[in-house]
Parts: sequence; structure tokens; C-alpha cells
Amino acid sequence: MRLPKCLLGLTAGAAFALAGGQAAAQSGEPIKVGVLHSLSGTMAISETTLKDTVEMMVSGLNDSGGLLGRPVETVVVDPASDWDLFAEKARQLIEVEDVNVVFGCWTSASRKAVLPVFEELNGLLFYPVQYEGQEASKNIFYTGAAPNQQSIPATKYLLDQGFERFALLGTDYVFPRTTNKILDAYLNQNGIPDADIMVNYTPFGHSDWQSIISRVKSFANQGKRTAVISTINGDANVPFYKELANQGVDALDIPVVAFSVGEQELSGIDTDPLIGHLAAWNYFMSVETPQNDQFIENFREFTGDQDRVVNDPMEAHYIGFNMWVQAVRQAQTTDVEAVRNAMYGQTVQSLSGYEVEMNENHHLSKPVMIGEIGPGGQFNIVQKTDEAIPGDPWSDYLAESENLTADWTYPWVCGGCEEPTFADAGLIGVD
Amino acid sequence: MTRLHRWPRPGRAARAALLLALGLLVSALQAPPAAAQQADAAAFAEAVQTLATGDREARERAVDRIVEIGHPRAAAVLSALMYRRLATVAGSDRVVLEPEGGGPLEDALTGEPVENPEALETETIYASNQVRRKLRTAVSQVQIFAEDPQARLASTRNIVRAPSDATADLLRRALDREEVPRVEQAIRLALAKVELLAGDAQTKLAAIERLSGSTSPEVRSLLLRLLDRDDVPAEVRTAAREAAASIETRLTLIDWGQRVFQGISLGSVLLLAAVGLAITFGVMGVINLAHGEMLMLGAYTTFVVQQVVLAVAPGLSELSVLFALPAAFLVAGAMGVLLEQTVVRHLYGRPLETLLATFGISLLLQQGVRTIFGAPNKEVSNPFWMSGSIELIGGAVLTYNRLFILVFALAVLAVLALVIKRTTFGLQMRAVTQNRGMARAMGIPSGRIDALTFGLGSGIAGVGGVALSQITNVSPNLGQSFIVDSFMVVVFGGVGSLWGVLGGSMVLGILNKFLEPYAGAMLGKVIVLVLIILFIQWRPRGLFALKGRAGEQ
Repeated sequence: MRLPKCLLGLTAGAAFALAGGQAAAQSGEPIKVGVLHSLSGTMAISETTLKDTVEMMVSGLNDSGGLLGRPVETVVVDPASDWDLFAEKARQLIEVEDVNVVFGCWTSASRKAVLPVFEELNGLLFYPVQYEGQEASKNIFYTGAAPNQQSIPATKYLLDQGFERFALLGTDYVFPRTTNKILDAYLNQNGIPDADIMVNYTPFGHSDWQSIISRVKSFANQGKRTAVISTINGDANVPFYKELANQGVDALDIPVVAFSVGEQELSGIDTDPLIGHLAAWNYFMSVETPQNDQFIENFREFTGDQDRVVNDPMEAHYIGFNMWVQAVRQAQTTDVEAVRNAMYGQTVQSLSGYEVEMNENHHLSKPVMIGEIGPGGQFNIVQKTDEAIPGDPWSDYLAESENLTADWTYPWVCGGCEEPTFADAGLIGVD
Repeated sequence: MTRLHRWPRPGRAARAALLLALGLLVSALQAPPAAAQQADAAAFAEAVQTLATGDREARERAVDRIVEIGHPRAAAVLSALMYRRLATVAGSDRVVLEPEGGGPLEDALTGEPVENPEALETETIYASNQVRRKLRTAVSQVQIFAEDPQARLASTRNIVRAPSDATADLLRRALDREEVPRVEQAIRLALAKVELLAGDAQTKLAAIERLSGSTSPEVRSLLLRLLDRDDVPAEVRTAAREAAASIETRLTLIDWGQRVFQGISLGSVLLLAAVGLAITFGVMGVINLAHGEMLMLGAYTTFVVQQVVLAVAPGLSELSVLFALPAAFLVAGAMGVLLEQTVVRHLYGRPLETLLATFGISLLLQQGVRTIFGAPNKEVSNPFWMSGSIELIGGAVLTYNRLFILVFALAVLAVLALVIKRTTFGLQMRAVTQNRGMARAMGIPSGRIDALTFGLGSGIAGVGGVALSQITNVSPNLGQSFIVDSFMVVVFGGVGSLWGVLGGSMVLGILNKFLEPYAGAMLGKVIVLVLIILFIQWRPRGLFALKGRAGEQ
């Protein structure tokens, strides 16, 4: 093929200029983003998709010219649903890989395992999943729901509908146990006696649900309207919902409200028998906004799979990642202290169209939504708050935490204390 | 095209209300039926429109209104909304529905087929639980007068969910005109249930009398609701309490029966997981820690077969589990033979090394599967004939998948027993394991028999994996969750005995299911483990110890 020389020169020049321009926009040490999600084991069903989300966000950031003129890269590790391995991998990410920020964890057990590592090494973790509260670390930003943004409103919804008996089913670890403790106190304060509350825990990956579900059925047949509140986590949900369907538990009689089941967990199950069972989150894939449509499209394009679904913790990573980018731009550095201080007050438009803000207690103000499982594993939103509700990590329903405050700005500067760290010494020049 | 009369949207609502009021007024005055009918049609059209586009509260009111009007299309429209067959049409006020059991779209108001349905852009209306609960009652109230006796029968089940004086009246009216004896009986039963909560003291007593022999959890539930009230006369209260107590006794019995079934069902799962081990460990004495991975291979084979069948002959997909059985036996069996030939045979008589080597192999196999199939769980679908359940008296439920697995486990055990007892290979196998030297002297190729025996045990485990894929998650870790249980069953039941495996798995299954409700799933397992340790102290050879020389190895 022969081209006129001048044209060739022009093309080469243009190509050079383009490459050079790219290089100028993204030069120097790459900024490293750690991804700490289980890609195998019992939690992989939920967490794998979060890794994809962070990778998509990073790739999008690079496409738009990187951050602070530097390219961004992900460092992915697989803690394999093993809580001790989470701590090891967290240490590896911060000490060996030298990452600037980590997006990771799903279960509270894993978060509790990595928390001391992040505090010791002064790392920065964005935790995207609803959780039980009772914690507010300086080194963690909680972009999922606190109990007052998920479990309490969902329980209130059931109480408002006239349910009088509650079966609390959960996986045996810290999130279900703490959540159930809070809900137990909340239900008691709302006139539900202990006799009308049944609590049951099962191990991770539990698969034989026959006796538990038939026990729930007989618990429900005592003349009072009964609902199930499920904090079952991971792949145990698949046999749980299958057994519910097989035993013919109808959502009209005994609805199950789940706090850890979203579009991702339902994909692959035949959801027709499950129609009407509920979930409470801050986001559902079915919200109708232009940015949500765009996000879904981009995610499917990025993963090359048109059947992929989007869920609440993914939206939390979307919010957290954008906030972190904004904070880094504001601070002009990836230094943890600077970024942390720049995080407070950052706002991002959520995929559901709400203005979401990062508060001084490291929790977000988010809307609360309750959805019923509809055809095809999508949720029909039956209730949502008019505005974003600020997250409150310390439950008002437990005696040990009702007086605690989390606030990492002056004069409080603590994750959970009754009095501000700095006493009011008056104002200089006035007092 | 059928152009039904479009009912005015807001703006003309006042006129609608006027017309409605007029209609009611006219009907109240016993005006000519034609005018009343017209007004009813108008009111019905408006209510259907609200049903389609209103918010939750408006919908609930519209449901009431439709029941009140009693339009001939009421049942069709209400049940269409209930089962998500009602749809709005983009760009018009029209509401259409898909008739029960499929068929061409029809107009919600007239029931006439929609012309050219492909051209319409329809959107299915989703009703929330609250609306659907209301619908369920409403449908039953309309259907109690349906022409189809089956529909009337179905209606009696749901109508008792809203016990009120009005429901009782409705049932009495239905009873008067009922002619089918079976339905009449059902209506009487339903009426008695409703009268528990919606009658005077005398009726209540009669109803309690009638229902006291029941085994229905629903009746107990209604009785407890009655007892919860403050305005119940003392004699009714006493009668209700007694009836509830006697139902409770019967339900407890049923509950125990159900728990035994669940225990046997868990036992059959354990049996499937352990029966292969009864060969490799029980007969050959190889501590095979890679046994769980044979189960896993079987489960993954099921997944692959399912994918292949879906791709090649989608029509047979409901039968893919059956095709998976021989495939899983071959895959796991071949892996077993390979394992024996390459590793295990060099380690006979050295249990500690065998244990370590097979543990290493189990890790290898797990990682291999993870590399090939990826870490996330694979979805193996349940064929329709393994979904759902049979409902027995007293609300006890037997799910089909568990029933199938129970039958299947027993079948596998029977086949295995036949192979061992009745075939030449079985004879040779027993000869080699009981006295290797003598067997060789008789010309039995002991090396080949070892390999085949190990392959048989592994293949059976693979078949067990097919069954497990139906009730648990297919993941690389599947084997790990069963390996401990399998060893427990074999050791508890008695090493080397097939009856021991059967007895051991059933006892452990039932024990587990009786402990679970009291101790929780976690603690239940711990207690079972402690009990087994104590049992082994007492009878070191397990439940069914081999007697004679074979037992003294």
C-alpha cells in the first residue's frame, strides 16, 4: 500500500501527538486501588460482582484521563471467604502493594477481621454493604446502610402492615446476631413480646432447610400474622428460597424480608414461586432514572454479558468510588489523612436520583427502599423515603449504644463516645 | 376493532361520581334493571381503570367496589390482576388481560378478544402484596358463585381468610344454592371456620363442636384468634381452649412424624455421600480424604451434562439429571481408578501417608475445578418433577426432591449390595480384601481388583454427587461439607458393613433433625459429634460390627 509521504507523515505525527497527549495526561506512578472481595468460597456469589464494579469504575476513570494526571490501576486479591485471609490480604495490599485505597469486604466478619489492620497501617477502606452498625472506624467509610437505613425501616414497614409475630433467621455470625439484637429491642419497644419472636441461626453454606422452614410454618400458624426477617448470607440463600418455594410458603401468608438478598443472589433461581417476598435496600436495579439505565448499560458492556444484574452494594461502590475521586481531586493527593478530611460533605448523585452525602460519622445519607420480588428476579419498589436518611451507626434501641455519637470532626473526633473528645474551652477573643 | 366506551379520566371525575351516585340512587329506588345495569357497567369501568393506574389505597378501594358491583367480568379482572395477567395499553385508557390458562389478549371490560394484539404496547400491572391479599379474598368472594365447581371449591379455601359477618352471610347464601355434594361439604367447613370468629355465642359453640376433630393448623390458628379476643363468653372460651388443645396434641404428633421424615431424608443424603466411602474406606481400609471431591465431580458432571443437553436437545432438559447419572459414575469412577493406580496403591498399609496424599489430591481437584469452571457456584436446575411438594394432613409437607433422593439412595444401596453379594467381581473383591494372599493363590488379579474396587467406590460417590447437586450449591467446596459427615457415618455405622452405612446415616439424620429445633443447626451438629465419640468408646466397632474372622483384621 502506498500513501503520499506527506499524508503518512501527518498520520504518524497525529498518532505521536495523541500518544504523547495521553502520556502527558497520565504519567508518573500509577495510583493503586486495592480490591478485597472474595472471588471463591461461600461469599463469591455476592462479592465477585463488586470486584467487576470497581474494575469498571477504574477503567472509566482512566478513560477520562486518570486522576491527578496519573493513571489508576487495580490490585485484585482473593480472600476466598476466609476471614483470617482477609486480614492477611489487607496487610499485603497496604504494605506490599502499597495501595492508596481499598474497596472491599461483604460480611461483617471480614470487616471486623481487617479493621485492626487498616487502623494499624492507617489505610483507607470503602465498605459497600449494609451492616449492623455499632462501629465507626476512622479508617473505614461505610457506604452501605446502617440499621436505621435498612433493618429498622423494613421492620417498621411490617409492623405498619399489621404483622404481629416475627421469625428472625440468620447466618451465625456478627451481622445477623447484632441486627437481631437491635430488632429484638425495637420489636419489644413496639409491643411485640419475646414469645412472638423466634430466632434461629444456621452456619454459612447451610443447605438443609426442611426442618427450619416447617418450624417457621408452625410458628406462623398460631393465630397471629407472621413475617420472616432474614439475615441469611451468601449461597445458603439459594437452597433456602428453593425450599420455601417447594414447601409452598406464599408471600401473602408469610412474607420473607431479606437484608442480604438482592438481584445478584436471585439471578439463577426460578423466582416465580418467590414473587412478593421482600427485600430492603437503598437502591434497586428497577429504579427508573436515566443515570441508572446508563450505569446498567455500561456495566453490561464492560463485562461483556448482557444478562448481568446490578445491585445495591454495587451502587454503594459507585457512590464511594466517585466520592473518593472527588476527595482526592480536592486534596490534590492520595494521602489518607488528607483524603479522609476531604471526604466529609462530599455529595454524589445516586443512581436512584437522590443527593447522597458523606457525613462526619463516615456514613452516608441515603434513601431507604422496600421492594417486592417481581417476575424475572427484579424488585417492585413498594415504599421509598422522600429524601436521603442520614446513617446512624449507634443504635438508639440498645442501652449500651443509645448515648454514643460518632463524629470524626472537631470537637468530637471519635468513632463512638458520649462526650466530645475536646471539651468546650470557650472561644478565644470572646470568653 | 371493539371500541369500548372510554371512561373519562380526571376532570370528568365529577360527572362520573354523579353518574355513580345516580346509579346507586336509581338502583335503590328499584328502577328498571336496564338503567341500573348501565350504571353498573359505568362504575365497573371506572373501578377497573383505577385498578390499573391508581396507587395502592385507590386500588384496594377499587377491589371492594368491584366486588360490590358484582359485574360478570369481576372474577376475570380480579384474578388477572392477582396473577399478573392484567395490562395497560400504552397511549390509551384501555385495560386488557390475558385469559386464565393462556390464549389471545382480551378486553378487560367486555371479554372480547383484542384485534391485532401484537401491535399493542402493553405493560403488565404489578399489584403489591397488600393489594393481592385483598384480591385473594375478593376473588374468592366472587368465585363462590362461579359456575365451575372447581372454582367454587378453590374459593372456600381462601374465603376463610377474612372471617366476618358478611363472609358468613355470603357462605350461607352459597350453601343454599349449592348442589354438588363435595363443594357443599367444603362450604360447610368454611362456614364453620368463619363462624368461629363471626357468629353469636351459640353459632360459635356449634362451630367449635364441628371443628374440634380437625387436624388443620388453620383451625387452631382461628381458635387462638378467638381466644385472643376480649368479648368471648366464658363457655365459648372453655370450649375453644379444649378444642385448640386437642388439635394441638394431634398436630404435635404430626409434627413428630414430619421430623422423622426429615431425619430420614437427611439420612438418605448422608447415605449417598457415605456409601462410596463404605467401599473405599470400609472395605479396602483406605482413608480417602479425596472422597468428598468425588461427590463434587459428580455434581459438576451433572452441570456439564445439563449444559450439553440444553445445547443439543433442549426438549430433553427436564431429563438431564437422568443422563447425568451414568456420566457421573464414569467420570468419578475413572478418576478413582486413576487415583488408585498412580497414588493409593503405592501406599497400602501406610494409613498416615495415604491420609496426607489423598488430602493433597483433594486440594488439587478443588483447585482444578475452580480453574476450569471458575469459583462462583454453578446453577443446576431442578426438573419440574422434583419441584414442589405433597401436602399431607395437618399441614405436614413432603417435598418431591427429598422423596426422590430417599428412593434413589435406597436404590443405589440395593444395587451396590447386589454387586457385592451376587457378581463375580463382588466375590473377588471380598476375597481380596479378606485375604489377599489366598485370593492371589486362587488366581485373582488382586491389583486389578483393587483398582476396580476403588473405582466403584468413587463412581458411587459421583452418583451421589448428582443427587446432591439438586439440593445444595454446586461449588468447588461441595465435597468439604460432606467429608466429615461421611466418615462419621461409616465409623458410627460399623466399618465394612453396608447395613452399617444405612443404619448409621438414618440414625444420624434423625438425631440431627430432632436436636436441630432445640439446639440450633450449629450446636445440634456438635452434640451429635460428642454423642458419636461417646458411642465409639462404648462400641468401638460401630453399630453393625462385622463378626468372625473378617471383623478381626
